Amino acid sequence: MKSLAELEAIRKATINRINLRTEKDNDTIRVVVGMATCGIAAGARPVMLAFMDEIAKRQLSNVTVSQTGCIGMCRLEPMVDVIVPGKEKVTYVHVHPEMVGRIVAEHIVNGRPVAEYTIGAAEKE
Amino acid sequence: MKEIALHLLDIVQNSVTAGASHVDIRFDLDPDGVLTMAVKDDGKGMSPELLERVRSPFVTTRTTRKVGLGIPLLQQNAMLSGGGVTLESEVGKGTLIQARFNTASIDCLPVGDLAQTMATIILGSPEKPEFSLTCTSPAGETTFSTEEVRAVLGPEVPLTEPSVIQWIGESLKEEIEPILGGIMR
Repeated sequence: MKSLAELEAIRKATINRINLRTEKDNDTIRVVVGMATCGIAAGARPVMLAFMDEIAKRQLSNVTVSQTGCIGMCRLEPMVDVIVPGKEKVTYVHVHPEMVGRIVAEHIVNGRPVAEYTIGAAEKE
Repeated sequence: MKEIALHLLDIVQNSVTAGASHVDIRFDLDPDGVLTMAVKDDGKGMSPELLERVRSPFVTTRTTRKVGLGIPLLQQNAMLSGGGVTLESEVGKGTLIQARFNTASIDCLPVGDLAQTMATIILGSPEKPEFSLTCTSPAGETTFSTEEVRAVLGPEVPLTEPSVIQWIGESLKEEIEPILGGIMR
């Protein structure tokens, strides 16, 4: 690896932010991406990394991204759940990396789910 | 699946589910253009009976459904290129799955974005197991391991930190390109 020094710099830059974060763990927003065979085949990998990029860009420290398996609605993959503490879970379907910026800006940052991307909107069609 | 790297992302989950502590991934391209992708884990392994049936799409260990397409789809794509899949497993020791691809075949999938796949794998299982990736070709060799990264980060900074995941993706891309660049797209 050529740039372990770079990694050391990342460690130093993040360590303080991490200490701040653990004090208020209960307001963490969770982003859960479906990553079973169906999700992966439908394009979940770039979606997941798009969330990571957006979170890093905006330096959001109260958001975690994790993965889940197949929940039985493979035709709607890639699927993403956004879980804001105290609010109902919102499920986005057919998510593409280009949609991630809007979900992060409008839902995660500003608290307004993007209705047209949700499973409710998709199932109405 | 459109990339061999996506198959990797898929079947690595089997090793994680098997409770492995170490998962060693290899991509070896020989001078004749045969690419072998190997995933070796020290998980719970499979009985000879399960090993025999595991290529069937109607065999799975999950309890929610009766189908499992990870290995069958990998095998299909390997065979389309004139290659195949071999499996070795022993209960309590672990499993080795190897998929051979003949990269000269017009039906062979590209390797794809292996760096993105590794970043995603690590993000999915950031604490256990430890992952390593070794890529070899006539052009050279490169290795990467989460143990190495963890040693630099220390106990406070998790691998899931967005800037760490970005670093893993970007530095792996630089490392892998010179080795497997010719068959990645």
